[in-house]
Amino acid sequence: MRYIRPSSLEDAIGLLVEASGKAAILAGGSDLLVRMKGGFIEPELIIDIKAIDALRHITESEDGFVIGAAVPCAVLGENAALRRAWPGVVEGANLIGSKQVQGRCTIVGNLCNASPAADSVPALVAAGAKALIRGPAGSRTIAVEMVPVGPGKTSLAPGEIIEAILLDKRQPRSGDAYQRFTPRTEMDIAVVSAAVNLTLDDQGVVQSARVALGAVAPTVLLVEEAAEILTGSRVDDKTLDRLAAACSGACRSIDDKRGTVEFRRKVAGVLAKRVALAAYQRAGQK
Amino acid sequence: MNFDPSHSKRSFSSVGTRPIRPDGVDKVTGRARYGADFNMPGQLVGRILRSPHAHAIIRKIDTSKAAQLPGVKAVLTAADLPDLTNGDAAMYDILDNCMARKKALYDGHAVAAVAAIDARTAKQALKLIEVEYELLPHVTDVDQAFAPDAPLINDTIFTTGVDPKPDRPSNVSMRSQFGHGDVDAGMARADFVVERTFKTEQTHQGYIEPHACVANVCSDGTADLWVCTQGHFVYRQHCAELLGMDASKLRVTSSEIGGGFGGKTHVWAEPVALALSRKAGRPVKLVMTRDEVFRASGPTSATSIDVKIGALKDGTIIAADATLRYSCGPYAGAWAEVGAMTAFACYKLENVRTVGYEVLVNRPKTAAYRAPSAPMAAFAVESAIDELAKKVGMDPVDFRIRNAAQEGTKASYGPVYGPIGIGPTLEAVKNHPHMKAPLGKNQGRGMACGFWFNFGGQTCTDLNIGIDGTVSLAVGTVDVGGSRASLSLVAAEELGIDYSQVRTVIADTSTLGYNDMTDGSRGTFSSSMATISAARNAIKILRERAAQMWDIPVEDVTWEKGHAVAKGETHGNLPKLSLKEIAAASGTTGGPIAGHSEIVADGAGVSFATHICDIEVDPETGATKVLRYTVVQDAGKAVHPTYVEGQYQGGAAQGIGWALNEEYIYGKDGRLQNAGFLDYRIPVCSDLPMIDTQILEIPNPNHPYGVRGVGETSIVPPLAAVANAVSNAVGVRMLHIPMSPPRILAALEA
Repeated sequence: MRYIRPSSLEDAIGLLVEASGKAAILAGGSDLLVRMKGGFIEPELIIDIKAIDALRHITESEDGFVIGAAVPCAVLGENAALRRAWPGVVEGANLIGSKQVQGRCTIVGNLCNASPAADSVPALVAAGAKALIRGPAGSRTIAVEMVPVGPGKTSLAPGEIIEAILLDKRQPRSGDAYQRFTPRTEMDIAVVSAAVNLTLDDQGVVQSARVALGAVAPTVLLVEEAAEILTGSRVDDKTLDRLAAACSGACRSIDDKRGTVEFRRKVAGVLAKRVALAAYQRAGQK
Repeated sequence: MNFDPSHSKRSFSSVGTRPIRPDGVDKVTGRARYGADFNMPGQLVGRILRSPHAHAIIRKIDTSKAAQLPGVKAVLTAADLPDLTNGDAAMYDILDNCMARKKALYDGHAVAAVAAIDARTAKQALKLIEVEYELLPHVTDVDQAFAPDAPLINDTIFTTGVDPKPDRPSNVSMRSQFGHGDVDAGMARADFVVERTFKTEQTHQGYIEPHACVANVCSDGTADLWVCTQGHFVYRQHCAELLGMDASKLRVTSSEIGGGFGGKTHVWAEPVALALSRKAGRPVKLVMTRDEVFRASGPTSATSIDVKIGALKDGTIIAADATLRYSCGPYAGAWAEVGAMTAFACYKLENVRTVGYEVLVNRPKTAAYRAPSAPMAAFAVESAIDELAKKVGMDPVDFRIRNAAQEGTKASYGPVYGPIGIGPTLEAVKNHPHMKAPLGKNQGRGMACGFWFNFGGQTCTDLNIGIDGTVSLAVGTVDVGGSRASLSLVAAEELGIDYSQVRTVIADTSTLGYNDMTDGSRGTFSSSMATISAARNAIKILRERAAQMWDIPVEDVTWEKGHAVAKGETHGNLPKLSLKEIAAASGTTGGPIAGHSEIVADGAGVSFATHICDIEVDPETGATKVLRYTVVQDAGKAVHPTYVEGQYQGGAAQGIGWALNEEYIYGKDGRLQNAGFLDYRIPVCSDLPMIDTQILEIPNPNHPYGVRGVGETSIVPPLAAVANAVSNAVGVRMLHIPMSPPRILAALEA
C-alpha cells in the first residue's frame, strides 16, 4: 500500500486515473480508515488531499459559499457567516461522530461515503447545495442529491474528485434546520433524520421549501410532496400534521439493527415537524 | 493459619481516607502497560480465523496454502491441540470454545489460527485457509432454543436436575430449584397477585481493552504469558491443563487491565497464542479486534423469566414464584441457577420457589458479567414487586421495607442471613431528598433493590519490609477496581505507618502461591484479609526483633502506631522503637523481615443496594433521558471511599446502558449484526447524569475491619430501577430489556 500527499488537484486526479480504481481519497479519514480497519476495502494507493491548499478553505462571495473538500466539519461550525446563513447545514456537519471526529471529517467525505444515514447530507440536499466535481475531462457541477446512488455508491466517474460544495447566497427571510434521531447523545448514527430549508415572503408565508429525509431509503430522499405542503403555509399545526404524514409516507425504510420500518416512518414525521418549525422560526428572525 | 478474621470495633487512621491512586500517574501519562503493550524480540503476530456460520459441521480444513505463504511461521487447528474428548467435560468445552474441534457452534467461533511475521501476512494467510462447512439449522433465541422442537446443538446434553433422567437430548443442560414453604398454598391465600413474563437481551461487558497477550514457549518446555486477565493463576492453570504443560513451568504475568467485569475470567485466545508459539518456536502476540471481542468472548445471558408474586391486603408478600430461562451459549452452564438463587434474596418470604433452566443457543459462550445473572432476575422480580405495591396500594419503598429480609431471615436460596443492609438501604432511600424531588411532564421515577453474594476464596500475600522501613506488598489478586490503593491503606493501617510508605504490586504466578481470580467482588475483601494477616505476622517478627534489641522477653513488647513499645514497669523507661529503626537493624537481628499469609477468605458478607432513577421519555420518539440517579449501598467498611463510590457509579452506568440500549442483535442467518461500539450502544458520558452515591457501613462480622465486597451489587438494581421509572413515566409496564426507543414507542402504541 502506498500513501501519497499531492499538493495540487491536478496531481491528485492524475494519481487517481493512474491507479484505475484501486486508490482511495483520504481527507479526514473518519470513514476510510474505519473501512480499511474493518477489512471492507484494501486500497493499493491512498491519496491524501489535505495538502492541496485550494481545498482547505471556505470562501464567501456574491454567489454564496464555496466549501473546500478538505475543510473539517469543525471549521464549518467556527465560520460565523456560514452559521448565520446556513445553520441547518452546519448543525448537520457538527453532529457527526464526536468533537474529535468533527476535527477530521469533511462534508464531502460524508457525501462520498454515500451512507443513507450521513448526517450532513439531508441539510445539504434541503439547501439545494451543489457539488463541484473535477476530473480528467474537466469540471462539472451537479446537485448533491445526485452524488450518492445507493449505499456506498456514488455517480462519480473514474478519476473524478469533488472539489467543493457550493451553497447559494442566502435569500432574506430564509431558514434551515436539521435533526436526527439517535438513541445516544453523540458517537451515534442517525436512525432517521430530517432537514427543512424554507424562504418566507414578507407576510411570513412560506414561499419555497425543500424537505429531505435521511436513513429511510437507499439514499437521502428529497420529498417534494412535503415541500408542496409547506409552500403557501404559515407552518401551522394542520400543515405540520400533513407534513408529517407525507414524510412518513415517503419512507422506503427497512428493518435493521438500528430501527424498525414502523419506528422510522413514525419518527420521520415527528422530526420533519420539529425541523420545519425550527426552520420557520429561523426564517422569521431574519 | 493462626489468624482470627472476626470483626472488632476499632478506630481507623488510614482506612477510610481517600489518598490518590498509586496507578494514576502511569495511566494518565500513557505509561501503564496493558495487554497489548508487551513486546518481545522476534515476536510474531497471531490471528484467528472464525466461523461465519452459527452452526455447522467442520468437514475439512485445508491449511496448506496458508502454511506455504512466505512469512507464515505456524498454522493451527484443533488437530494440533490435545484431544480432550475423553477427559474432563468442562475442560473439553473450554478448549473447544478456543478452537472448534467438530462443529462451529456460533458466528465467530475460532476454527484455525496463524502466526506470521506481520499483521498483513497473518491476515493474508487467514484468507488462504479453506474450511469446508456443512451447515446445520441454528437457534439463537433463548425461548426458541427451549422449545422441544428446536434445532439440537449438542446431542450429548441430557437435562440434569430432573428425575427421571430425560430419554432424549435437548438444549436444556440443567434444571435447578430453590426455595422453601408451600408456594401454591401461599398463592391461594393472596389478595393480590401479579404475574408477568419478562425478557432481557444479551449484553457484553463492554470493557474498553480488548483481550491481548504475548506467549513465549521455549524449546526447554518453560513458557511465559503476559496477558490482560482478571486471574493470572487461573489462566495458568487452565492453559497448562489444556495444553498438557506443567503449571509451574508456565509463568503468567498480568498486565494493567482496561476493564474486565467478569469477561476476563475465562481463557479465549491465550491457549491459542501459547500453542502457536510452541509450534512456531517464537513469541506470539495475539490481540483481539473489537469485532472479535463481541463475537467470540463471553457476553452475559439473554433471558426469559416468568414471575408470579402474591400479597395479602396488609402488604405482606405471601408467596413468590419464578421460572428463569438463561442462555448459556453452546455449552452447558450454570447461569439460570445463579439467577434463581438471587431472584428473591432481598425479601423475607414464607413461601418461595425459583426454577432455573440453562439453555444452549448458537451464540458465544456466556461468561460472567458483574454480579452474573442477578440483574436480569432483579429486573423481573423488582418490576413485579413495583406493580404489586401499586395493587396493594402501598408506596413501593414502604412495601419493600415491610417485606425486606433481616438478620435471621432464611434466604430464598438457603442460608440464614447475618447482619445485612437491605433494610438500611431502603430506609436511606425513603429519607433521601431524591425521593421527594418534583417531577415534570413525561418524567417518571423508579426504584429497585439488588443483592449479590460476594466471594472470598484462596488468597496468598507477601508483605516485605525493606531495610529503609518502607513496605512492599505483593498480592495475587489482579487490581481491577483499585485494590492496590485499598491494600496499601490496609497494610499502613495494620502496621501503623503512612500510606506513602507502602507500595503494592501484583505478583506473577511464579512468585506467590495460588490466588483465585478477581471475581465475586473478592479482590479487596480477600486480599485485605490476607494483608492484615501478613502484617500481623510481620508485626510478630518486628516485636521479636525489638525484644532482641532491648534484650527483654517478647511478651513484654507491644506494637502501637508503628512502634514497638516495651510494656510494664520493668521496661517503662525504654524509648519506643520505630518500624524504621527495627528494619535498619534487621541485618544484625536475624535478617529480612516479612510477613506471609495463605488463607481461604471465608465469610464474604452479602451485599445489598437500593437505587433511584428519574427518567424523561419523549412520547413521540421513545427517546429516554436519565435525569437523576442515586445509589445507596452497604460497603461493610469502605476502605477507600472514592473507589467504592466509583464502583457504585460504574455498576449503575453499565446497568443503565443495559436497560436502555445495549443488546446483541442477531440476523435470521444467525450472525451477529452489531459487533462494534457504533451499533452496540453503551452510554457515552453525555448520556448519563452525575450518579449520586451514598455509602452505608454495616460491618461484615467475618472480616477484621468489617469489609464487604462492593464491586458487583451496583449493577443489580439498575435494569429494574430504570424500567420502573420508564413504566411510571409512560403508564405502560415495560417487559422487555433493553427499552430502546423502538420498543418504547411500540409499547406506547400497543
